[in-house]
Amino acid sequence: MAHIELNNDLPGIRGLMYYSPETAAPMNALAELLLRDDDNTLTRGERELIGTYVSYLNDCFFCQNVHGAVAGHYLGCSMDQVDAIKNDFTSANLSSKIKALLVIAGSVQKGGKHVTPEQVEAAKNEGATDKEIHDTVLIAASFCMFNRYVDGLGTWAPQDRSFYINRAPQRAEEGYIGSILK
Amino acid sequence: MAHINVPEGVPGIRSLVMFRPETGKPLYELAQVLLRGESTLTPAERELIAAYVSYRNNCTFCYSSHAAAARCLYEGDAGIVDEVLKDMQQAPVSNKLKALLNIAGKVQILGTEVTQADIDAARELGATDRELHDTVLIAASFSMFNRYVDGLASLTPTEPEAYAEMGVRMAKGYTLPPQPQQ
Repeated sequence: MAHIELNNDLPGIRGLMYYSPETAAPMNALAELLLRDDDNTLTRGERELIGTYVSYLNDCFFCQNVHGAVAGHYLGCSMDQVDAIKNDFTSANLSSKIKALLVIAGSVQKGGKHVTPEQVEAAKNEGATDKEIHDTVLIAASFCMFNRYVDGLGTWAPQDRSFYINRAPQRAEEGYIGSILK
Repeated sequence: MAHINVPEGVPGIRSLVMFRPETGKPLYELAQVLLRGESTLTPAERELIAAYVSYRNNCTFCYSSHAAAARCLYEGDAGIVDEVLKDMQQAPVSNKLKALLNIAGKVQILGTEVTQADIDAARELGATDRELHDTVLIAASFSMFNRYVDGLASLTPTEPEAYAEMGVRMAKGYTLPPQPQQ
């Protein structure tokens, strides 16, 4: 049970967003732009993977499973493969560029000042653009918000991971705007 | 120097949202609704929560600017702000606000750090569910803003006068800065 009375039974951030639609609107707009907007040279799968990885580091069960399942949907890999990437992305079958960006995301999760010029340089050397570095930092930072929101208010999360896997294709199709009740 | 090519001479988050106004828009909307929207917490109290979290995240730009905004909003009681940053428990603020700041401090560490006892303590001192929700989300959002600002190494002014000016502007509310002249 959540720490506050939400007057609904929706899981995770959806219960919070139903409770507080005025803050939900900019948060969903941000998620939509960062994760789904097609005017982006990072694929949707790569961006969802960054969100998943940061949620995993923040130990947020709901977010890492929602976004892990969506990442798997886009990348064509199973939840087990997504778990393997979370555990050790360096040995995963991913591009050197996304690996360098995941290093930056991992630093952001610890704190903004953990990102070093060397990490940024390494990403640029693998072909990352300024916009890709910007978006990586902001995706990682935004998940440090979403994760804290979800867990800081003690929301409930379905424990059966097939719940997340089954919903992923619909989430990928319909996006985050107006996603609370769907 | 910032990690990416943002407008020169523009400090902090303003330089980042000028670089990427698409994501800047929901970020500023979120700040506006959380810090200036309808609430039983005063704008001064909410700015204080923002400054407190930013101080704990060691984000000089965010804590200096939001402390300046809080000083403006507290008017004659501006000294409260620095007392809270120095030693929250000993500061001359209500026990309810201390209980909310305690929760904000837990959220700054991680969402799962917030306990039912923290929530109950704030509730016994008169905090409503809405105030608890807003406190958690303000703290969570500054865990994002701080990482965004420092993760991209945006310009951080060192002179106090720069922040005093920002505080006056911020006290009036949050609107996306105009694009720099080309």
